[in-house]
Amino acid sequence: MTVAAIEAVDVSRTYELDGVSVPALRGVSLTIAQGEYVAVIGPSGSGKSTLMHLLGGLDRPTGGRLVIGGRDVATLTAPELATLRNETIGFVFQAFHLLPRTSAVDNVALPLVYRGVGARQRRERAAAMLGRVGLGHRLTHRPNQLSGGEQQRVAIARALVTDPAVLLADEPTGNLDSATGEAVLELLERLNAESGVALVMVTHDPEVAVRARRRIAVRDGLIRSDTVHDRPLSGGDGRPETLDTAPSAEPRSASGSGPGHPSGGSGGATGATGRLPRTGGTGAQAAPGGAG
Amino acid sequence: MRVAEAWRVALDALRANRMRSALTMLGVIIGVASVVLLVAIGTGTKQKVEQQVEGLGSNLLLVVPGKLDVGTAPVVSPLDLKDVDAVSRVVGDPGRVAVTIASGATARAGARSDFTTVQGVLETTPTVFTRSLARGRYLTGADVDTSRRVAVLGASVARALFPDRDPLGQQVTLAGVRFRVIGVFNPLGQSLGVDRDDEVHIPVTAAQRLWGTQRIDGIAVKAPDRERIDQLGERIVAELSRRHPDTEFSAVTQQQILGVLGDILGVLTGVLAAIAGISLLVGGVGVSNIMLVSVRERTREIGLRKAVGARPRDIGVQFLLEAVLLTSIGGLTGMALGVGTALLVDAVSPIPAAITWWSLALAFGVSAAVGIVFGVVPAQRAGRLDPVVALRAE
Repeated sequence: MTVAAIEAVDVSRTYELDGVSVPALRGVSLTIAQGEYVAVIGPSGSGKSTLMHLLGGLDRPTGGRLVIGGRDVATLTAPELATLRNETIGFVFQAFHLLPRTSAVDNVALPLVYRGVGARQRRERAAAMLGRVGLGHRLTHRPNQLSGGEQQRVAIARALVTDPAVLLADEPTGNLDSATGEAVLELLERLNAESGVALVMVTHDPEVAVRARRRIAVRDGLIRSDTVHDRPLSGGDGRPETLDTAPSAEPRSASGSGPGHPSGGSGGATGATGRLPRTGGTGAQAAPGGAG
Repeated sequence: MRVAEAWRVALDALRANRMRSALTMLGVIIGVASVVLLVAIGTGTKQKVEQQVEGLGSNLLLVVPGKLDVGTAPVVSPLDLKDVDAVSRVVGDPGRVAVTIASGATARAGARSDFTTVQGVLETTPTVFTRSLARGRYLTGADVDTSRRVAVLGASVARALFPDRDPLGQQVTLAGVRFRVIGVFNPLGQSLGVDRDDEVHIPVTAAQRLWGTQRIDGIAVKAPDRERIDQLGERIVAELSRRHPDTEFSAVTQQQILGVLGDILGVLTGVLAAIAGISLLVGGVGVSNIMLVSVRERTREIGLRKAVGARPRDIGVQFLLEAVLLTSIGGLTGMALGVGTALLVDAVSPIPAAITWWSLALAFGVSAAVGIVFGVVPAQRAGRLDPVVALRAE
């Protein structure tokens, strides 16, 4: 994992609303390595969605340097950025975002349309990908003929049909019941392990976040913590290895950890996850809660 | 994205909203259909008039006092039969020269009467103009020389005065003077709203006596060939101007009459087409409106397509094709409707209609162009949508 899939250096994003500058991200540095499994966690309004849009090349930073797939997004035109998204990134959204009147196989094939792949090859690749997500028998079904879990699997197949370097999942289980959500998470994790695609999952749910080896907590437009854990579900001792956070995030992290969190947010969260996933969840919940 | 793919996507989008697509197309359909229909009527009218003018006879030269121009006051004719002899000498063949003196008069036969046009003519009229008889005979030279009170009736006059018996040999009273019917014309039909069968021909000499004049209204000459027709006209006008220095004369050919009529009817057709074009424009605005709605409605779809790699151009082309498809299908349907209506009008009504390829090509081209013109703004708007904002749309 020498080449980073995505590299962000002091990235900020400020929105102009009626002449008022609203900072959504205030200087974030992180690197997503190939094949990594990363959870980005934070409450709504923390800037995690903005971060995901930037990492996926849907948006451009207003400051800092962002390199996706080896290319600096600041140097790319809109069409070039679109092509970069097509080649490097796969998106999975909370609301699935499937085309309603289009069959599963054609939904999955959609990114290949913009890559200029011929119709027959598109269908073959899409059908194969649907097979990998366990929907080989649902090729011609339309989204409204599929369950929520099946729709999200179609969306996952669509994200992976282009063989991207990074799979960005934005609250992928947010619209699903817990059992279905669990199955979708397992699928994402299996695909991450099998195909070597980096999995970046944005969530506000600590129970989801603790499944990832690396967890990035975002709050108030800054990275509050960026920690790597042993596989939490494997039941290891879970001794945390705190990574260096972005320089700009460092003082923020320190000051934010003060109230109700003397040992530091990351330490408290990972200490809990080491023992049990359930209680680990409450521990992780305490970290952002304490910072607020 | 490949073009074939873009067409398929556009077609799918139209299919997904069948009712809305159909109603939007209706504006274009009506516009194109009215352009095709009204141009067909204009063209049909023009063709019919041309046929009728040409049907008068070939190589005709009409000589009248005054200028033949729209808006010129009529001139009292100084011409008489001696001028006709002079013209005959210029032409070199009296059989090619016809005259007319015409006036409205009431024709009576028994209890029936009919207000009609009485024309005093020479026996040459059927050769100079193309006229044929249904029954009896036409006037002879002897009839003219002796001012014989004989008459040849137009088809509708014959029908009005003698609905139930043979007019031949019957008496008609014209301006109080009795004439004997010696012939009946074959029907000619209508021309520019004038019933050409509503006339009675009598010897010009008898007509002059009837109205107490020596004058004639005008002279018609059948030129020997088309090439020298203008030259012949100039010589006739020169001769008449020499004989009547105070009067201006005009010699007009069928080509000139057709030119004038063609101009008038061309303007008429243009005005009709322009009015129909306005409805096509309104249809185009409807397309633009619906495309804007469509872009708004499918904002999330646009966001998703962009997320998976659609470039702004791909999205723009997709929506532009949708608009063009909408107006093209509407255009083709409108063409079919317009052609159908034109054929129907031509078949069941007295209004003539003729389909021309150029009007079909124009109507279709304009409708496709309307799609492009009115599709560009919505398509650009779709192409420029921010994917982040678009994905978040409800």
